[in-house]
Amino acid sequence: MSLSARSIALHMSLIAILFILCFTLSDYHQGNLARILVLATYAIGYNVLFGYTGLLSLGHAMFFAAGLYGLGLPMHLAGLAPLPAFVIGVLCAALLSALVALLALRTIGVAFMIVTLMFAQCVFLSILYFGTWTRGDEGFVIPQAARQIMGLDLTDPTTRYLAALLLFSTALLITARIMQQRFGHVLIAVRENEERTQMLGYDVFRHKFLAVVISGSISGAAGAAYGLLFGYVGATFASVQYSIFPLLWVLLGGAGTTIGPLVGAVFMFYLIDYSSGFTNAYMLIAGVALVLLVLFARSGIMGEIRKRWVPWLP
Amino acid sequence: MTVLETKNLTRHFGGLTAVDAVDFTLQKGGIHALIGPNGAGKSTFVGMVSGRIPASAGEVWFNGRDISGWPAHKRMRLGMAYTFQITAIYARLSLFENIALAQGTRDRAAATKALARVALADRIDQVAGDLSYGHQRLLEIAMGVAQAPRLLILDEPTQGLSESEIAGFNTLIRSLAGDTTILLIEHNMDVVMSLADEITVLQRGAVLATGTPDEISANRHVQDAYLGRETC
Amino acid sequence: MEFGPHLLLATLEGAVGAAVLALTALGLSLVFGVMRVVNVAHGEFYMLGAVVAWFVASTLGSAPATGFVAALLIAPVCAAVVAMAADRLVLKRLHYDPEATIVATIGILYIMQQTALMGFGPEARPVAPPFNTRIALPWVEWGENGLALFYPWGLSTTSYKLFVIAAAAAILIGFALFLSRSRFGLIMRATQLDRETALAFGIPVERVYSLVFGLGAALAAFAAVLIVPIQQAHYLMGADPLLLSFIVVIIGGLGSLRGTVVAALLIGMSDGIISVFFSPTLAKILATLLVALVLVFRPQGLYGKKRA
Repeated sequence: MSLSARSIALHMSLIAILFILCFTLSDYHQGNLARILVLATYAIGYNVLFGYTGLLSLGHAMFFAAGLYGLGLPMHLAGLAPLPAFVIGVLCAALLSALVALLALRTIGVAFMIVTLMFAQCVFLSILYFGTWTRGDEGFVIPQAARQIMGLDLTDPTTRYLAALLLFSTALLITARIMQQRFGHVLIAVRENEERTQMLGYDVFRHKFLAVVISGSISGAAGAAYGLLFGYVGATFASVQYSIFPLLWVLLGGAGTTIGPLVGAVFMFYLIDYSSGFTNAYMLIAGVALVLLVLFARSGIMGEIRKRWVPWLP
Repeated sequence: MTVLETKNLTRHFGGLTAVDAVDFTLQKGGIHALIGPNGAGKSTFVGMVSGRIPASAGEVWFNGRDISGWPAHKRMRLGMAYTFQITAIYARLSLFENIALAQGTRDRAAATKALARVALADRIDQVAGDLSYGHQRLLEIAMGVAQAPRLLILDEPTQGLSESEIAGFNTLIRSLAGDTTILLIEHNMDVVMSLADEITVLQRGAVLATGTPDEISANRHVQDAYLGRETC
Repeated sequence: MEFGPHLLLATLEGAVGAAVLALTALGLSLVFGVMRVVNVAHGEFYMLGAVVAWFVASTLGSAPATGFVAALLIAPVCAAVVAMAADRLVLKRLHYDPEATIVATIGILYIMQQTALMGFGPEARPVAPPFNTRIALPWVEWGENGLALFYPWGLSTTSYKLFVIAAAAAILIGFALFLSRSRFGLIMRATQLDRETALAFGIPVERVYSLVFGLGAALAAFAAVLIVPIQQAHYLMGADPLLLSFIVVIIGGLGSLRGTVVAALLIGMSDGIISVFFSPTLAKILATLLVALVLVFRPQGLYGKKRA
């Protein structure tokens, strides 16, 4: 089988398994997995920038939040229907990421990390500042009545799971496709050696800019979907913690692999879920995981599997 | 036909003038060597030609177009290729990926052919970083060739190559000449003398002399300034 | 209160904040300057200082002064030991790679913060100041009988707040002398200028790095002990000083110590003053945005020199 045929087969079987799981899992795990699929979509977006392009952002929560509030505020304040609100959410994230890219891409390395962190902090604080509309930390709920698309009730667990799966599959297939095309190869080239890439005649800035926008838009779509499927919009999702999470998921699952983001999100979600049963200091797990990953396993789970056993892994 | 022309090309670094008002023309199809002692401004000069280093003043013309303000990647797309003095390859990618990025297509046959020119075709699936230093340099040269450039700029390509690899390099470069114009910065005078059609000597950022290899070796100024005292 | 006395009060509050911020930011700047490590966990060493201060003070019990002095000595040492361990166990093994160390210090941030949550609990806990005399401040006003001195209600500070300012100033001056006069100061500056040359001259760079990382943490912890009688210890208290220190270090120029102190005074004072008159959230948004833009358009900072 050719490389691309293998990767299509892998992604299709993954989606098929996730589809079957919808009908075999207990209610509790079905609910968890629906949430994980949305968060893994966020991680897929993060992976485009960090894993493939080699740009480490510490502020992706602002894109997630742009999607979340871009969808949530028009629904909450103006009673907009879910689908147009979803489109607005993604557009907000795309616009914000274009703006951030224009500014932040003037910097590299550590400065890029800090600038993205600072911009995200501005977005977070702005959500608190405009508390009259956003209701700040407390957030607001999107009622069940508003979360209906063409007669489908998104609050129904199975519908919600399938909607999350649709979102995840779309993001997965889009990124897998992008990474098999020339554009994707150039992103990897930028990650590996920016100057060489420039001197081979590639417009490095344009590629990095588009990578930020694609990454930010996918993250925003995840944010918008989160608001729609789980009905809650709050400032927590814009906090630093939600910028660290996708980094953690992608590092754990394997940066620069297509299914690493899902693997990382599943592991971390259950690890934190499990530990929060007996301590409120569950973020300790995240801290320890970050240190251990960066010390001992930079390629993450799927990255190690690719290195050791399955070199064709996309 | 003139491929490359610089007019009054100048670069200051702080108070230091690294390249001082250099006028330079390059005819199509030849092999032109740029020599001069360390710090003469050779790398800065080709850096400005390729767009890696912005010029402080002056113009660069390429194929009859003024490309002075262009970013490097646009110059490359117009038909330049550049190999770095310090090897710059994609160390974590395969040789195939390296060549594919250079030639702009994922045509495996073409990539194999490009690698065969530097005798690396059998290593096409190896990771570039695993190659020996000399082989990495050859890979970078092969990448430059694979870009099918009109002007190939080589910054000290033979540094770190063995005698037999240098012989292979000479053959490769000769085979390119004609279609491709080659601008070569080189310290190894044997390579310069056997390859170059024309030589330009830079000293303290300015052109000291231009001529055929014979003229340059006979030039008293060059002997005083450079050849006579060349120890390495 | 009238505007004038109000401004004086805000300035005094600002000065206390600025003094503490200068110490904290100095630690961050020192670590970045010498080691090129952006220590995201810096705020947690500050928090650790405050928490240790509470433990020491509550263990020693009765006399606040004894507990406070003991905390002033013990807390920085504790923070330094933890920091040096983190350096040895984590940062050194990452060969101080800039991006990897950021990710690692984010991890260390959560480890320290969450450990504090488990050991110290989610409550805010006060530490008694060693002395706390209220000092009423006079204000001049043009009254019926010409210029008159009077004491507006509410315009006052405490002896402890003045002590904080004085103590921070003393440490800053001492540190400047230490850096310019002592042998270790010289070694640090040499390592900052050129790591390779320092190695070639036989400077044990790795040991210097450990000590610098410890020293940076100790400065933060010391600042926290000073502030904890005013602000109380809490496991999440590291976030604000981290953000403000970042702002200070970036505005002052990454790695420039003098710039750091000047910027700390500027930011600390204006933060104090702005927060009295405007919404502190808005002040933070503007400051953060400003800093991000400084990094984008003038990465050497407002005070630092342009690199050649």
